[in-house]
Amino acid sequence: MDTFEFIIGKYNYWVYIILMMIGFFAMIAKKNLAKKLVGMNIFQTAIILFFVSTGSKSGATIPIIEHGHGEAAHHAVTVAHYINPLPHVLMLTAIVVMVSTFGVALALLIILYRKYGTLEEDEIFDAIESARQEK
Amino acid sequence: MTSQIPALIIVIPLIASFFNLLMGWWRKGLCYPWVIFALGLCSLASSATLWTVIQTGTIHYRLGNWAPPWGLEYVVDHLNAFVLVIVSFISLIISIYSKKSIEQELPGKTVYFYTIFLLLVTGLLGIVITGDMFNLYVFLEIASLAGYALIALGEDRSALASFEYVIIGTVGACFYLLGVGYLYIVTGSLNMADLTELLPRLYLSKVILVAFSFFIVGVAIKMALFPLHVWLPDAYTYAPSTVSVLVASTMTKVGAYVLIRIMFTVFKPYYPIEIIPLTTILGWVAVAAMMFGCIMAIAQYDLKRIFSYIIVAEVGYIVLGVSVANRMGLTGAILHILNDAFMMACLFFVAGAIMYKTGSRDISHFRNLHRKMPFTMAAFTIAALSVIGIPPTCGFFSKWYLIIGAIDAQQWIFAAALILSSLLSALVFFKIIENVYFEPRVAHAHNGASHEEVAVDEVPVSMLIPIYITVAGILTFGVFSGKIISTIIQFAVPASF
Amino acid sequence: MMEAVYSIKPLLAVLVSLTAACLILLTGERSKNLRETWTILASVLKFSIVASMIPTILKGNVIEYTLITLAPGLLLQFRVDAFGLVFGLLASTLWIATSFYSIGYMRGLDEHAQTRFFFCFAIALFATIGIAFSANLLTLFIFYEILTMATYPLVSHKETPEAIKGGRKYLTYTLTAGVVILLAIATMYHLTGTVDFRPGGFVSGHVSPDMLRFLFVALVLGFGVKAGMMPFHEWLPTAMVAPTPVSALLHAVAVVKAGVFCVLRVILYVFGPDLLHDTGLWLMLAYFVSFTIIISCFFALAQDNIKRRLAFSTINNLSIIILGAALLSGSAIKGAMLHIAYHGFMKITLFFVAGAIYVKAHKENVSELDGLGRQMPLTFGSFALGAMGVSGIPPLCGFISKWYLCLGALEAKEIFFLFVFLTSAFLDAAFFFPIVYRAFFKKAQETVKPHFDEAPMFMVIPLTATAVISLILGIFPNAFLPFFEIVTVAVQSILGG
Repeated sequence: MDTFEFIIGKYNYWVYIILMMIGFFAMIAKKNLAKKLVGMNIFQTAIILFFVSTGSKSGATIPIIEHGHGEAAHHAVTVAHYINPLPHVLMLTAIVVMVSTFGVALALLIILYRKYGTLEEDEIFDAIESARQEK
Repeated sequence: MTSQIPALIIVIPLIASFFNLLMGWWRKGLCYPWVIFALGLCSLASSATLWTVIQTGTIHYRLGNWAPPWGLEYVVDHLNAFVLVIVSFISLIISIYSKKSIEQELPGKTVYFYTIFLLLVTGLLGIVITGDMFNLYVFLEIASLAGYALIALGEDRSALASFEYVIIGTVGACFYLLGVGYLYIVTGSLNMADLTELLPRLYLSKVILVAFSFFIVGVAIKMALFPLHVWLPDAYTYAPSTVSVLVASTMTKVGAYVLIRIMFTVFKPYYPIEIIPLTTILGWVAVAAMMFGCIMAIAQYDLKRIFSYIIVAEVGYIVLGVSVANRMGLTGAILHILNDAFMMACLFFVAGAIMYKTGSRDISHFRNLHRKMPFTMAAFTIAALSVIGIPPTCGFFSKWYLIIGAIDAQQWIFAAALILSSLLSALVFFKIIENVYFEPRVAHAHNGASHEEVAVDEVPVSMLIPIYITVAGILTFGVFSGKIISTIIQFAVPASF
Repeated sequence: MMEAVYSIKPLLAVLVSLTAACLILLTGERSKNLRETWTILASVLKFSIVASMIPTILKGNVIEYTLITLAPGLLLQFRVDAFGLVFGLLASTLWIATSFYSIGYMRGLDEHAQTRFFFCFAIALFATIGIAFSANLLTLFIFYEILTMATYPLVSHKETPEAIKGGRKYLTYTLTAGVVILLAIATMYHLTGTVDFRPGGFVSGHVSPDMLRFLFVALVLGFGVKAGMMPFHEWLPTAMVAPTPVSALLHAVAVVKAGVFCVLRVILYVFGPDLLHDTGLWLMLAYFVSFTIIISCFFALAQDNIKRRLAFSTINNLSIIILGAALLSGSAIKGAMLHIAYHGFMKITLFFVAGAIYVKAHKENVSELDGLGRQMPLTFGSFALGAMGVSGIPPLCGFISKWYLCLGALEAKEIFFLFVFLTSAFLDAAFFFPIVYRAFFKKAQETVKPHFDEAPMFMVIPLTATAVISLILGIFPNAFLPFFEIVTVAVQSILGG
């Protein structure tokens, strides 16, 4: 396939990779703990985006069958008309996980802030060092 | 009823955790017996499962009776059942130990502690028992989150250590999720047994390579395999004593289990051995882990930090056994999962006991400790001998199989690295033993019993009993390793080896 | 003709001291007399069990007992054959003497940590008899490491900075040697599928010449460290910092004899005389130990500290035993095995004397011994007997073993080694004679009492007993214990009648 197809055709992968790398960069390079956390969030969101995007099909609609009870439930459906619901389901779980992780991390940040009065990584390290020197 | 036991193994700690919270609001004192009850039932269930697996072979349990690959499946084979019993039994022992330790270190938070404790155990058991890739991610995150919370309960630096763990651990879990995603895209299935059938056609594709790489890196982070172990020393050192024991003895071993599952069950063994040279790479990584772990341990003064670096080395052993990819090596690796769980449990129990009685973890303050806490120190000595690999403790026997595995694979450098790390860990532990047992005295001082009389001030029995259960394990698992191997591990190793 | 008799006696013999050790630990400081009774009871019981096996062995049979099967080809097994019985008898007989002696010594000096001392002693004997009765290299290795661990607290007993350093050096040498041995055993198992001892060896035919050389060097040097082979002998003089009963039994009899015993097992029962003869390895080994024999004599001459001088004499005699086995001829092997037993009796007398001198007169150096013989005639008389025996002067038993060794050198048609034996005997006299001379013939110093004033009876009786036994064994080689006959049976089984 030619370059055009490669870049534009697979745009969902490119978006997710770029977002993921932004998040990853933030987690590593930022000194403020809250920014690291935001980076983590972006990282996880990128992955969720990736999953969901893989379930989409061109020209397909949301995977809900109208009047799907009783008689209609036994008709065959053309799979190509409905986007894949499984990644959505998986990602619901992943979103919950992401939110819980975020919650735990935020709780940790609150503890850290109460203890050290700052969320800057180097200032916290300094505080720990000086506490250790005093001992 | 008995056919539902695999599900019960997960359900019991999960429901117990919620009820624990309710009961705790009503009456705090009930939490401890409730936890022991729940984990006791859970251990019974996993033992029953192991027994069934030994008698009849692999168990396939379908949740809600939905057939795979649409439904979730729990698959219990020999490897699974073995690790299940280890995790549930160790959790039970730890919960017995926890009472006094938690009362001292976390007063007022007992209820919440036990709630999250049970959730962590649920997560670990779930990782082991499940037969579905995404379900594994869910349980992995349950265990990790509970772990983050529990570790943060400790003293001073634990919040920062836990935060570091959150960041790094999330990256690991997300990499695992990515791996699952890629596999799903190309095969359409999430069920492990199904994937084993579907993947071989795709082994030469780049997508599978990427998925596999994400898996391995993600699991390596969770398992604290060098050089992705950075979170471990801080997190395990500053966590409360009981939490350290639980995570030290189980989390990394469960991570190793996931590695073995992915490398040898989901992907057929010839994939990481021949198609991509992962086993070779892992071998050298393992050697680095062993050397690094032992050398760093020598430089530390904090007892728990020493043990944390020893864990890094122990993970190296297990991965070495996996990487030589022959029957003996893998037998050694799986046996080491059992042995290491008990050894690390014993070591961290001792560290917790010392913390309970003296409030300090600095090894230079350990003079006279063998008079004050003779039983605890005796247990420590036996566990230390096991880590070094002195027979007849269990550590020797897993090292024996690992060495033979390395020799079988003609990897002499790996065998040399194994024995070198034994010597290095001897250095580490004898330094501590010298501090504990010997008091430097002036030459020719024959003063009989004229030491300052130090009264025996041991930890309470509820802490001593778990310590001695692990000691008993260390002393018997080695000698009976032949039995363990012939009934369980022999079948856990993939048949093609 | 050689049948295997199944009996639980080997296990009982081994377990006697393990049980005694536990009882000693339980009795502790509460009742010292009860605690010492356990030691004495155990030593007598052990001796009787071991001695009861003599008739079966003399008939040419072996006694077997399997503990547990580890893997196909790997068993934890006891097999009492003639050679093992020699060592077992030696260790158990001398333990009785040492038990009495050490009780006298520890009480005479009012030493600290006596419970730990007797506990470790019992464990050390448990391991020694285990080594003597091991059926294969793996069982041997397990007990070998237990011996190392049990003797470490004994070496560092005094807890002075030098004692701790001595203990560290001891551990460094023995643990490093231990892991090298482990590597060699694992390789051997991998190559031949078995590690059982067989008279005449089991390795030939399976192994390439290069690997053979590597394995031989690894095993002999590994066990040779414990046997005081130069250049790895340094730990032995340093370990003389231990209390004299420790030096006497362990470093003149049990530990170093275990090392020599294992070297002989490797030469005669793993590789076998035929294989060694064909590959020329015997000559290499013979020259290597000759170096030790001669050099150690010169070192001994240079020492003033009595125990260090005796230590170098021990190193000398151990290498003489190895040289005897390396010569591979019937008489040489017979002489070597006899020397294991006879030298044990003689050397322990010498060490007992050194301890008695220390307890009574608080003297440690040869230069301080002037005239003491008149105060302690029994002690120095026994020393004279022991010294004569080690130098090989008739009618002591040392003469018999040295006679066979020289005969063996002639049989092997190597005159050089005959000279080595004779030179060392001459040098022996050179460094022992001054001690006897000074004690009896030199003018006494002020501190020497003019009347008889021996060390406590508990010490003098054992040392006189062992000296007299050495004399009697010289005249009647089969008195008390039929060492000579048992050795004959052993040599016959190796060389095939």
